[in-house]
Amino acid sequence: MGDFAFDLAHLLSGLMVVVSMVLLYQDRLTAMLNVFAAHAMLLGAAVGWQAEVQGAGHLWITAGIAFVFKGIVIPAALHAMVRRLGIHREIETVVGVGPTLIAALALTALAVLVVMPATEYANPLAREDLAFALAVVLLGLLMMITRRNAVSQIVGFMSLENGLILAAAGAKGMPLVVEVSVAFSVLIAFIVFGVFVFRIRERFDTVDIGTLERYRGEQQDGA
Amino acid sequence: MTGDPALIGLSLHELVWQGCQMLLMLVIAPALVGLIRKVKARLLSRRGPPVFQPYRELWRLMHKEAVVAETASPLFRMAPYGQFAATWVAAALVPSFATGLMFSWSADLIAIVALLGTARFILALAGMDVGTAFGGIGTSREILFASLAEPALLMITFTVALLAGTTLLSAIADHLLLQPVGLRISLALCLVALMVVALTETGRVPVDNPATHLELTMVHEAMVLEYSGRHLAMIEWAAALKLTAYLSLIACLFVPFGMATSTEDPVAMAIGLVTYFAKLVGLGVAVAVIEVSVAKMRVFRVTDFVGGAFALASMAALLLFVSRGF
Repeated sequence: MGDFAFDLAHLLSGLMVVVSMVLLYQDRLTAMLNVFAAHAMLLGAAVGWQAEVQGAGHLWITAGIAFVFKGIVIPAALHAMVRRLGIHREIETVVGVGPTLIAALALTALAVLVVMPATEYANPLAREDLAFALAVVLLGLLMMITRRNAVSQIVGFMSLENGLILAAAGAKGMPLVVEVSVAFSVLIAFIVFGVFVFRIRERFDTVDIGTLERYRGEQQDGA
Repeated sequence: MTGDPALIGLSLHELVWQGCQMLLMLVIAPALVGLIRKVKARLLSRRGPPVFQPYRELWRLMHKEAVVAETASPLFRMAPYGQFAATWVAAALVPSFATGLMFSWSADLIAIVALLGTARFILALAGMDVGTAFGGIGTSREILFASLAEPALLMITFTVALLAGTTLLSAIADHLLLQPVGLRISLALCLVALMVVALTETGRVPVDNPATHLELTMVHEAMVLEYSGRHLAMIEWAAALKLTAYLSLIACLFVPFGMATSTEDPVAMAIGLVTYFAKLVGLGVAVAVIEVSVAKMRVFRVTDFVGGAFALASMAALLLFVSRGF
């Protein structure tokens, strides 16, 4: 049981890191949202497996929230948002897939190198979970840095948050109230983001963040 | 090996099996190409040429006059044989139906990568030798893809070697066969990466189209455009061998089941042969299905595709460090 439990946990959280990289590789918005849904569903499966292994009942609730909300509801809402914005056919110009992927590999290596020595005496299950969770968080940050489209930035943020939940599930004794409040704040963040994206769109006729920068520059020059 | 007749008999016996393996690779390679073409045609609801058509093509090419350009150097004439030899040795070293054959001590994954690299180097030189534009553009593309596919292949090698503790293919297959390694995400990533590398290196559809003669999209075909007759036969046969080598490599690393572990037991050898053919047919059908279900990529998108394979393979090596099992 012990070996299999570890192997399956390793497989699920490892797959999350891989799917994070796939997210970085995608340049079509709808495909990216589908990959994000897969990311969240994998998170649900990984947390569910942790619940099974640790015998922690409340983790099942976290897994359920991840699976239903982040795997189904939020991607569906994002799909609707993208369609309403009329950018569902848009292909995003990603700044160099090659350098991004190399940076992603370096970040994953960094996460492994940081977490492995620091948690030498920890339970191996929690250990690899933390390493992968840190990698997912860093890849989410990378996604937010490299993308210019507001919707991709939301997806980057959400995938980052998936990494946080993965880390929380690995640590024994995380109280449920913390996880529920994190999930709730993400939902609020999603609504705020949504409103914000529509505001940007109303004002600039695009959801490219680059225009915001240009706009700020103009203001300085003009004034 | 002294004069002991039993030992000589033993080594002779092993030599025969090793010879079988080398000849087997040579003989089945065109059939594998024919099988893929046939399955592709059937999937596109065409009848397609018979599976053994590639043998007839090779026979025909062997008997045709070899036309050589006026500007060609002696290298141009030697290259087809050189790359054929290197590819054949590489293919013959990949364990197919049995591990622990006579020359398996030399079947090192890195050596196989190097042999395939040598073959490509020779062909690339020949492609540029005559000085036509097509040879140049084909060569430059082929080398561009290879420069990305080879590091990916090496990363796969390292991952598998870390897992098994050796780079000897035969020993890796033995290790995977005898000690179940369990669920390994690294191996799954390696499999995907190796599939991508195999499709790239053998010039299959998402990267290159082996059946095309449209100038803008040719890669491998453009490089060897100047060749004809027996030289072309050698090149085509080597391409088939390379495909067989890659598919055998996938079969050996990821589905080693059924391979014979000793040359002493004829029943195990027979089982090994049958399962090897089954695996090869399965992988051939898989290649055909991939070929009909995806469109060929733009040349400059291929770098992303193969770069993705490199990223996956590096990821596999990284994730292995997190697992406890090595």
